[in-house]
Formats: sequence, C-alpha cells, structure tokens
Amino acid sequence: MGQGVGQILFYAAVLIALSYPLGIWMSRVYTRERGDVVERGFLRLLGRDAEGDQSWRRYGTSVIVFSIAFSVFLYGLLRLQGHLFLNPDHLPAVPWTVALNTTASFVTNTNWQYYGGEATMSYLSQMAGLAVQQFVSAGVGLAVLAAVVRGIARRGGGVGLGNFWRDLYRSIVYILLPLAIVLAVVLIAQGVPQTFHAHATATTLQGAHQTIARGPVASMIAIKQLGTNGGGYYNSNSSVPFENPTPLSNFLEMLAILLIPFAQVVMFGRMVFARRHAWVLYAVCFTIFALGVSVAFPSEQHGSQVLRKSGVNITHSAQQSGGNMTDKEIRFGIANTALWATATTDVSNGSVNGGHDALTPAAGAVPLVNMFLGEVEPGGVGSGVYGLIFYILIAVFVAGLMVGRTPEWLGKKIEAREMKLAAVGALFVPTMVLVMTAAAIVTPAGLASVFNPGAHGFTETLYAYTSQSNNNGSAFAGYGATTFSTTLGTVALYFGRFFPMLAGLAIGGSLAAKKVVPQSAGTFRTDGATFGVMLLGVIALTAGLMILPALTLGPIVEGLMH
Amino acid sequence: MRALFASVVAIVLATVVFGFAYPALMTGFAQVALPHQANGSLVRADGRLVGSSLAAQDFTWPRYFHERPSATTPPYNPGATTFSNLGPTSPALAKLVHANAEAILKLEKPYNPGLTIHDIPVDAVVPSGSGIDPEISIAYANLQSHRVAAVRHLPLATVRRLIRENTWGRTLGFLGEPGVNVLELNLALDKETR
Repeated sequence: MGQGVGQILFYAAVLIALSYPLGIWMSRVYTRERGDVVERGFLRLLGRDAEGDQSWRRYGTSVIVFSIAFSVFLYGLLRLQGHLFLNPDHLPAVPWTVALNTTASFVTNTNWQYYGGEATMSYLSQMAGLAVQQFVSAGVGLAVLAAVVRGIARRGGGVGLGNFWRDLYRSIVYILLPLAIVLAVVLIAQGVPQTFHAHATATTLQGAHQTIARGPVASMIAIKQLGTNGGGYYNSNSSVPFENPTPLSNFLEMLAILLIPFAQVVMFGRMVFARRHAWVLYAVCFTIFALGVSVAFPSEQHGSQVLRKSGVNITHSAQQSGGNMTDKEIRFGIANTALWATATTDVSNGSVNGGHDALTPAAGAVPLVNMFLGEVEPGGVGSGVYGLIFYILIAVFVAGLMVGRTPEWLGKKIEAREMKLAAVGALFVPTMVLVMTAAAIVTPAGLASVFNPGAHGFTETLYAYTSQSNNNGSAFAGYGATTFSTTLGTVALYFGRFFPMLAGLAIGGSLAAKKVVPQSAGTFRTDGATFGVMLLGVIALTAGLMILPALTLGPIVEGLMH
Repeated sequence: MRALFASVVAIVLATVVFGFAYPALMTGFAQVALPHQANGSLVRADGRLVGSSLAAQDFTWPRYFHERPSATTPPYNPGATTFSNLGPTSPALAKLVHANAEAILKLEKPYNPGLTIHDIPVDAVVPSGSGIDPEISIAYANLQSHRVAAVRHLPLATVRRLIRENTWGRTLGFLGEPGVNVLELNLALDKETR
C-alpha cells in the first residue's frame, strides 16, 4: 500500500501547487475592467442583453433562457443525427426519452449517460452537440460563481452582479479553452485518438474481426475532465484505454478533475479580500477529500467479500496490485481507481476510471456521501463554491445563535432572507433525492431499472438519483434506462441545477445591496480553525444526517452481510 | 426577448467554435504530428491490420497468452465497451469467479502441476473496467508462461524475457501499476518462433 499512498500524496501536492496560481489568474480574469477586442465584438453581436451590469434577476434570466434555448437545439440535433453529416457509421436517431435525458444531462453540466457513447452518438452529436455543452455548461457555472462572489464583495455602488455574457466569454476563453488545448495535446501524445476516420476493422491474430471505435476523442476528453462534466466518448468512460491509455494520462485527467474547483476557492478568497477565510475553506474541502480517499483505498485493497472467499490471490505484490480488481484496469490498479472515485464525486465531475457498481460497500459509500453533501468539497466548476456558501451561511448563523449576536459574514449582516435562501440551497436537493429514491423503490416501474439483487440494488437506485440531482453524472452503471428512470432523471437534472443556482444568485444580489458593518470584538471570526471545524460539523449535520438512514438500507447492510 | 436573441447568437457561435473549429484544429494537429496515436494506435503485422495495442482481443489458442475476462458482447469489443457492474456481494460474481478459476486450473495445470487456486491472481478471474483492458498483471503472465513455453517448444527463460520486454512499467517510475501488453507479447512470440 505504501506505493499507492505515495502516488496519492504526490497527486495532492501537485494539485495544491497548481490550483494556487490558477486561482490568482481566475480572480484577475473576472475583475478586469476592460475586455479584449474579441470580447467587445462578441458582446456587441449579442445585442442589448450583453450591455452593462445585470441585477441578480436579469443575470438569472439570461442563464435560464440560454439553457432552455440550448436544450432545444441539442435535443433537435440528437433526434436528427441520422439525417445529418459526420455520421460515418450511420447511427440512427437517439430515442426520445434518452435524447431528453441526455440533453438535460449535458446542459446541466452533469453528463449522466443512459447510453453507450460509441454505439449511440454520431461524430457530429459527440462533437458539435455534447462536447460544446461541456464547454458551455462549465462556463455557465463559472460565470454564476463570479456573479455571486461579486455580490458578496460589493462595498456600495449599485447592486449589479456583472454581465452574464461577459462572464461566460471570459470563463471559456481565458480559463477552460487554453487548459483544454494543452490537455488534449498531451492526451493525444499518450494515445487518445483524434480522427475523423470511421471505425477501423482489424483481423485478430486468431482470425476474428474486431471493430475499433475511434473518432475526435481527445478534444472531448480534455474538456470533459476540466469542466467537471464527466461524460465520456466511450461507454466505460475513462477506464477505456482509448480515453485514458497510460498512468500519465490518468494522472493528468485526475488532476483536471480537481484543478479548477480548488482554484476557485483561491479565487473566491482574493475577490472578497478574505484570503485567510478562503484557506480555511480550502482546508475543509481538502479534509473531506482526504477522508474519502482514506476510506475508499484500504477498503478496495482489502477486496470484496466474494473475492476474499473465492481463494484467488488478492494480495498486493510487485507482480500485481491485488484487491478488488473487478471492473478495474491493470494500469491504474487500486490506488488510482479509489483516488479517482473520490475526486470525481468531491466535485460534480462524474467521470470514472473503473466501475462504481463493483466497488466494495465502504468504498461505494464514499462517492455516494460526497455527492449527497452537494459536492461542496469543493464542488463543480462554479456550482461547488456557491453550494459551499449555503453551508457557510448556516455555519455563521449557528455560530451567531451560540454567541447571541446577529450573524455576520465578510462584513455583511446575515438576515432572514439570506438564511431562507441558504436553507433552500442546501436542503432542496437532498430532499428531492430522498423522495425520488423512495418513488423509484416502491414502484414496479422504478424497480425495473435495478440490476444487482438485494441491498446493492437499493444503493444503485439511491446513487442514480443522488448523482443526477447533484449534477455529478457518475453511476452504479448497472442501473438501466427505462421511460420511468429517464423521465424522473430529467426532472432531477434540471431542478438540481437551477434551484440552487438561483438561490445562489439571489444571495449574491441580496448581499450586494447590504451596507458593510465594521468588525468588532464580538464578531465571530471566520478565518480560523474554529470556523473550519464548525463548517465541517454543519455539513455533516445537515446533508450528512439526511443520508444516514438511506445509507443503512444500502451500503451498511451490504457491508454487514455474510 | 433580448436574452433569447443573445442566446441564439451565442449558441451559433459556440457550436461553430467549440463544435467544429476546436476539434478540427486538434484533429489537424494530431494527424500531422502524432498520426499513429491519433488513429487508434493500430498494430500491423505483415501489412495486415491485426488490432490496436490499446485494445484486448480474444485469445483462446494455447500457444497465445490469454487476456483478462471481459463483460462486453462479444467479449473484447472495442465498439461497445462496458463494465460488468457486478456488485461486491453479487452471487453472479461469485459464480463467475469460480468458473473462471476452474477454467484456468484446467488449462494450465498440465504444464504447471503444482498450481492451486491460491496462485491465480485476481485480475485473471474478474472482468476489467473497459472490457478491453490490453494488459494482464505480471503475475498472470508468469502463470501462463509455462503453458506457452511448452506448447511453442521454447525455453521458459525466453518466454520470461519476452514478458519483461512487453511489460509497460509505471510512468516516471512511480505512477500507476505495471502490466503486460498481451497483443504485443503474442506478436513478439510469433516473431520468435517463426
């Protein structure tokens, strides 16, 4: 295990070292007054909506209208792919329930996939449909975060949060696109295909025919990882050698999962002039991440019950990684798969480099809990940090009750309106998950999707709605597509994205209008370890407690079974 | 309405730039600078396309090293990758592991009489993540080396040398886990015995 621990520590060190300068860069991108020439031309082209500061309502309207319009466009593309170009393998239209779910899934930055990419989507759909959303939905998330943070940082002078279109442009052009190009080039060099040629047909050494699916893969994989999207080109996602051919490609793809999310915590600190406070948040996120890895890795290395009983050799040695190798790849082994499973659900990425359905009960509970907490460790691009703000407000409020003062945060008084919004933001999604899981468990239509028997089947269901509602997209992939599951999933995807987003924007708008109160001796300090512990406690007690009963029905029962 | 107009313009622009220009640019670069990787790391032998070094293929003949189990239909299908999705307590997994272990013992024991189930490495009996994992563990390669050497009338040392030569080590010496690329190993064997 020592070798694995070494790899994990190295990963953490590189992550910290790179997220810091990127965070500084991002804060500059969003605070720069004057845009570049292209930006000004782009905004002029968009017309009046792209002019001037927007209130939180106008900002939110632009986001919603844009998302709906793009949904219509994407749905049309998926339904018509059979008649369009760049379809060398002549794939037919995507069935409407799956097309609807997929549209919702990609527009909401989730990338839950009820289909096998290489066998369902034409090159055009993958490239000009899904991969475009991987840039745009991530850009929308980052833009909203920038707006919310601006609202918090405002010290008088209007209640505007910035302009959505300008933030969208900057998110994509200055942050996502340059990183994606660099990553794509490295991935191609490692062996990820990037071609417009049709599938290749080989004659194997034993004389059989083998069809090798390829396409413009690398350009999509780069942004799928960086934009916390997660939706792969191939059905088995980043466990497929064509998406993730070497340990180096794996390392970089994993780094891309957490890089922007951690950087945006740094960015937040600089934009609100509270760097120490941001480091506390950084430490809290990192703690949850580290806890997850330290549960998942040993559990997977210990192996599943079936494997331990079978008599085969599952002991780690120089010749094999051992442990629970079910649905895992040799080149990644146990450490890198456990690390990926934790990272991908700490944020709303959801890509996988091994099958989550096959994870041991304790290791499977880690991604489940990570997602259920709302992916605030530190969450998806944009959505993560405004998700974290809900918990911060609750923590500040609880602390205020303890010392008997009106709660303050970053110099602003937190009052009834902000608390209501924070409560909606923090509790709406977990509540929806539990209701949907219950509905899917008590109805025959819901049960039709379950693949594995017993408690594991319950976990599959809980995982499916947790993942979609929190816009993660990873899956216990045995859970199947039916009209019921795709429809319920579509609702979960849209509500899970836009309710917290609007609550976040409203908080930003509300805080922007507030006067700054000077700090006094009675102000509860939010830049020390006390607050860090407090915040961890609040996260554990709100969403954490909500999922506990459900966990006992799924992974805990499973872990106790013999 | 203003927002709708802006949205439509933005959708068109985004689709042109990220849907076409960006992938086309990357493809252009890849086809010129890295054509082998960009087209799927295809492997040719005697001018014939025999597969990809990034995809497993079905080996059943005793003269070849065999791959890990695969959950795709048909097995080792790079056109429709999939996990097995068998849970950690699944009776179906228990059955599958048992059957795979029995098959390995039956195949290898004649060439390696001391072999027991405790010598079989776990990767040999459980499906891989992609269903086309091109590698097996060094342990599983060594286990099969006795059979391959005997069938091909090669010294065991030669087969072991070829295993070492076709082992993909850890990147930079410490990232990931080492594994043996089965297709490349089998091609090397064919070359050796020709």
